[in-house]
Amino acid sequence: MPRKTKDILKQIGLQIFLLAITVLVMFPVMWIFSMALDSRNIDKPLDLTLIPPGASLKAFTKVLTEPFNLLCSDPGNVRSCMTFGTLLANSLLVALGTSLLSVALGASAAYAFSRFKFIGRQAGMLGFIVLLMLPATATLAPLYVLLSQIKIGAEPMRATLFGLMVAYASGTLPFAIWNLKGYFDTVPKELEEAALIDGASVTQTFFRIIVPLAVPALAVTVLFAFMAGWTEFVLAWTFLEDPSRFTLAMALRSMQGQFSTPWSEFSAMSILMSLPIVALFFALQKYLVGGLTVGGVKG
Amino acid sequence: MAEITTLAVKKPQRSKPDPGVSIKKSLLPWSYIAPAGLLMLVISFMPQIFQVWMAFTDFRVKNLRFNIFSPETWAKFAPPYAQPYGLGNFIKILTNNLALENYDFWRLLAFNVTWTVINVIFHVGLGVLIAMALNSKGLIGRRIYRALFVLPWAIPGYITALTWKNMYDQNFGAINFLIAAINNTFGTNFATNIRWIGETTPPIGGLLSYLPLAFYALLMANVWLGWPFMTVVATGALQSIPEELYEAAVIDGATGWAKFWNVTVPMIRPAMVPAMMLGTIWTFNNFNVIYFISKGDPFGRTDILVTQAFKLVFEQRLYGVAAAFSIIVFFILLAFTLFQNRITKATEAYNA
Repeated sequence: MPRKTKDILKQIGLQIFLLAITVLVMFPVMWIFSMALDSRNIDKPLDLTLIPPGASLKAFTKVLTEPFNLLCSDPGNVRSCMTFGTLLANSLLVALGTSLLSVALGASAAYAFSRFKFIGRQAGMLGFIVLLMLPATATLAPLYVLLSQIKIGAEPMRATLFGLMVAYASGTLPFAIWNLKGYFDTVPKELEEAALIDGASVTQTFFRIIVPLAVPALAVTVLFAFMAGWTEFVLAWTFLEDPSRFTLAMALRSMQGQFSTPWSEFSAMSILMSLPIVALFFALQKYLVGGLTVGGVKG
Repeated sequence: MAEITTLAVKKPQRSKPDPGVSIKKSLLPWSYIAPAGLLMLVISFMPQIFQVWMAFTDFRVKNLRFNIFSPETWAKFAPPYAQPYGLGNFIKILTNNLALENYDFWRLLAFNVTWTVINVIFHVGLGVLIAMALNSKGLIGRRIYRALFVLPWAIPGYITALTWKNMYDQNFGAINFLIAAINNTFGTNFATNIRWIGETTPPIGGLLSYLPLAFYALLMANVWLGWPFMTVVATGALQSIPEELYEAAVIDGATGWAKFWNVTVPMIRPAMVPAMMLGTIWTFNNFNVIYFISKGDPFGRTDILVTQAFKLVFEQRLYGVAAAFSIIVFFILLAFTLFQNRITKATEAYNA
């Protein structure tokens, strides 16, 4: 077979395969779009249509503009209820705080593990990964008791957004440290040695050499931590008391009724909540492939 | 050549202490680790210690007022030790002696291991296959495919899980609608009222009869969620393979399969093994998919260990039992990971 025909056949085969995967990937995504557009706001759609009859953006406008009646500091006063904007502000704060903690503490620890030989190095690395294996579900009760003891001002740290950030960061740190350490390992040591000879301090070499070269891995760390802070709700639901601190993920959870769920609004809210994450994924996609060394592949 | 640091450190030289390392020299690196270490110590480690203590007691709702820092609560709210000898919770869990419906520890464990192994095989297999397709030369639309294929990973897991649950609905779910649409288009006659989650008759009998239909439904959803991560890792590894290796293999007379097994597989192994281990830990403890799609239905047969632990905490409020349960889960996962590390290491030596 001539080379050209073979290439064309291969291309057709690949396209069929990848289009099939695309259909499988897009099917649930389309389903949730279709539900969000369904103006009837019924429990379950009655047919498999992308654009349901009477499609409208009503669910989106309702979610975006109307207050959430279940999440009010004062149940009698609508003005005290959370709106999409106030929920969004809390979510952003928690997600960004988690990202910042993970990347700052993670990079610092990973740098030590990657660049120094010291007593307890192996044990320290293993210690962080072992903590990832402990199921977090049952530690909720002890963590609740513990964080209630630590006071910020007059109130327990448990009920604050800062408490949430710290708790989420403890979940994202083990992976961040392992992944960053693996990436730092790929940065040649000679670069820093040269800088140190030129009189730079360890801190300077870290910020001037390691950080710029490790942008992909740092971006991945930020992405994962942001996602964790943005989507978590079980811990938040258990720990927070004041509805004015509630997040989007918690509001979404509160829509899941025991007997029925307003699916159009739930879907619209889901789409709105997924958008920032998807946008972040697209923005950081060029770093994603290079930034995930997962334990470290050295060339 | 690619060198790898796997999760468990395996190089034998770790047993020799480095003569150049003194306590004084260790202070600087430890000061860099201190912030992260301190946070993990307070948020992860201390609750775990508390949990270990709880596991030996009969801690219940009324003991939540117990405060280790204020002695006046001790007499009133301290939980009694679980009988016998404090090991009561562990014995009850392992001998299925809990007053819970459909509870069987060994069935949970068997299901959890099956669930993890099958999922990771699919994630890695599909992930590598799709990464290779995306990496082939002259592919049209590569960028569009790459962008679309991160969607399952980028959409928050809880939302995906609830969407799949909705799609599996017997009367109004998208999957049954889809089957109906296929029937209409092609004149076929498949069943359109399948109870994807509630069906109790297993679709495959014999050895696999402990896996209900819900297992396959959950598997489909979790495979949908899990492969993009593996594709991204595999893509990075595939791109680092020098073209000359393939050219050399072709000169040696290697064809498609031989090239895959002798060049691609050994070259992407260093990246895939740690990703697989992480995938194993994540899948083993992956709460969202199971809890939000099936909630363990039918009759707890799709429960995994963490969903059972969650039910112990949030539905039964048996904190002591749940703590003991978590400790057991931890040791199982540790054993599982070490075992997996051993297998993957063994094949590594074989390939080298």
